[in-house]
Amino acid sequence: MIEPQILIILVKVVIVIGGLMTAAAYFVLLERRMAAWVQDRVGPNRVGAPLSQLNKSWKDLRLFGLGQPAADGVKFILKEEYTPAHVDKRLFVLAPISILVAALATFAVIPFGSVLPNGLFWDEPIDMAVSSGAGVGMLVVFALSSIAVYGVILGGWASNNKYSFLGALRSSAQLIAYELPLGLGILGVILATGSLDLDKIIAAQAETGWWFAFTQPLGFFVFFVAAFAEAARLPFDLPECEQELIGGYHTEYAGIKLLLFLVAEFLHMIAASFLIVMLFFGGWHFWFITGSEANPGWVHAILRIAVLMTKIFVVILFFMLVRWSWPRFRFDQLMAFAWKVMLPLGLINFVAIAVIDQVKTMSGDSIPGIDLMCAVAAWGVCIAAWVVISFAGPLVADNLPRLDLDPFDVDSQI
Amino acid sequence: MMLLAAFDFDWHAFFFMFFALLTCGFALAVLFTSNIVRMAFYLILSLGASAGLFFLAGAEFVGAMQLMIYVGGTLVLLIFGVMLTAQSRFVTMKTSSGEWVMALVLGGALLFLLLTAAFRVGDWRTGHPNPANVGLAESKTTTQIGMGFTGVRVDKLDAPEGSTLVSGMSGYLLPFVIVSVHLLVVLVGAAYMARTKRRASSAGVGA
Repeated sequence: MIEPQILIILVKVVIVIGGLMTAAAYFVLLERRMAAWVQDRVGPNRVGAPLSQLNKSWKDLRLFGLGQPAADGVKFILKEEYTPAHVDKRLFVLAPISILVAALATFAVIPFGSVLPNGLFWDEPIDMAVSSGAGVGMLVVFALSSIAVYGVILGGWASNNKYSFLGALRSSAQLIAYELPLGLGILGVILATGSLDLDKIIAAQAETGWWFAFTQPLGFFVFFVAAFAEAARLPFDLPECEQELIGGYHTEYAGIKLLLFLVAEFLHMIAASFLIVMLFFGGWHFWFITGSEANPGWVHAILRIAVLMTKIFVVILFFMLVRWSWPRFRFDQLMAFAWKVMLPLGLINFVAIAVIDQVKTMSGDSIPGIDLMCAVAAWGVCIAAWVVISFAGPLVADNLPRLDLDPFDVDSQI
Repeated sequence: MMLLAAFDFDWHAFFFMFFALLTCGFALAVLFTSNIVRMAFYLILSLGASAGLFFLAGAEFVGAMQLMIYVGGTLVLLIFGVMLTAQSRFVTMKTSSGEWVMALVLGGALLFLLLTAAFRVGDWRTGHPNPANVGLAESKTTTQIGMGFTGVRVDKLDAPEGSTLVSGMSGYLLPFVIVSVHLLVVLVGAAYMARTKRRASSAGVGA
């Protein structure tokens, strides 16, 4: 007999993969509509149900362009599967597959809600993560996100094209550089929670009601920016920047292989939104609505899923809005930003959170309003560090050419 | 009935064989490819599959670390180095017969050592245990590893009060600190070596 546990895991896998693929397709539509809105255009609003293909007298249904993702997908799949003659064939095929596999595997440890209470045909609460009880979930996410760089490097290298290769080199430098601030931003959260388990990190925020975005603002900013860079979204899309590198590492790709790259890119963005929401915006928690108990009833369980999805949707909307409102960094600005702004800020955050946490632990409950005082202290540190860095950070923020500087001086500052 | 019988299958053994075969297969592929970048890619897959073995054994922390350090860190640098230093596009490596002999002697010696050590473990020669009775190691928490690094002998927590530990074996704090200071020195040295050198003329003015 099939054990119900295995069945439940299989169902979860199907829901996660199916949901993510559909979500990625519709986020492409959303992104295009958003771009159109920002640029004062109409955007794709025509593809719906092509009923006139069935019967000449029927009218087509437009449905606000909701059929566009399906049309895009069919177009990609039916395109000629063209492999240029000058590429390294094996790696050319393996690169998009590996990047998609790594991107999907990340979601194995990411919870999609809290737990479902026992009912229907299962007799113990169902964890909403596919691989429930992976105590080191945070580490696994990190490990898998560091694998994503291979798809880009190998794709760019195997294409045997200067633009692709440049894109791959930029991307590897960028992803390696921004992994450090990403980790430093998370360290504060892990320090405050004492766990690498994503469930416990959310539960810690739900119990106190203090989301880590409020108590660790500096860590939040550092993580947020680094997450943008890791997802290679504008203003950090140097690996592909269409205007300079004609698509960068996927210049030579077409058809279904290009589709794999693009889907993986959207999955990175979704994973980044999940992490931002779960680490800093309380995951499924919302005051007065979701409760904070470990074993919720049905109402709370469903509300938690809805709250989590809404938050993630908002963060993704923000990702898209940023894409159309921010110019791309220059490469030297990108690197200087990572090593001279993000890294020091991350270190300051780590030390500050350690001190604040220690003070909180020592005072215990003896001081009323200690939570509020700690949050205020953290915001003070955040503002002070921001001001200091903005005065001390050379050649990072301005776009003006420094003609008064010797090129070697500029070089030594980069 | 066939379908139901399939679920009585020993999945643990199946996945162990699967990951083990992947590891060995890609390791052999590393050996027999002459293209350096492909070699590196097969090495990634081989190390990734061995991380799968760690996950299967319940050592999630070690598995994640294997992925993070070897797959995500070391090999990126390796590929980086190969791509940046390669003179022609698709580099191939020619192995001379002398190198083959050398590698065979070294590898054979290591394999012999490992095999003899592995087959000394008693459990291997006894009958196959009932999978239902085999408990997977629980490593849901990394607290013990962290405690170990800060000098607590987590394996001696049950020792009676007042019993002294052997001098010099009181924990991993000292080795941990030595290794971290060592790494810091290496990083500072690398940053010093890699920094942009000023030209002789401007150095004279600037200094």
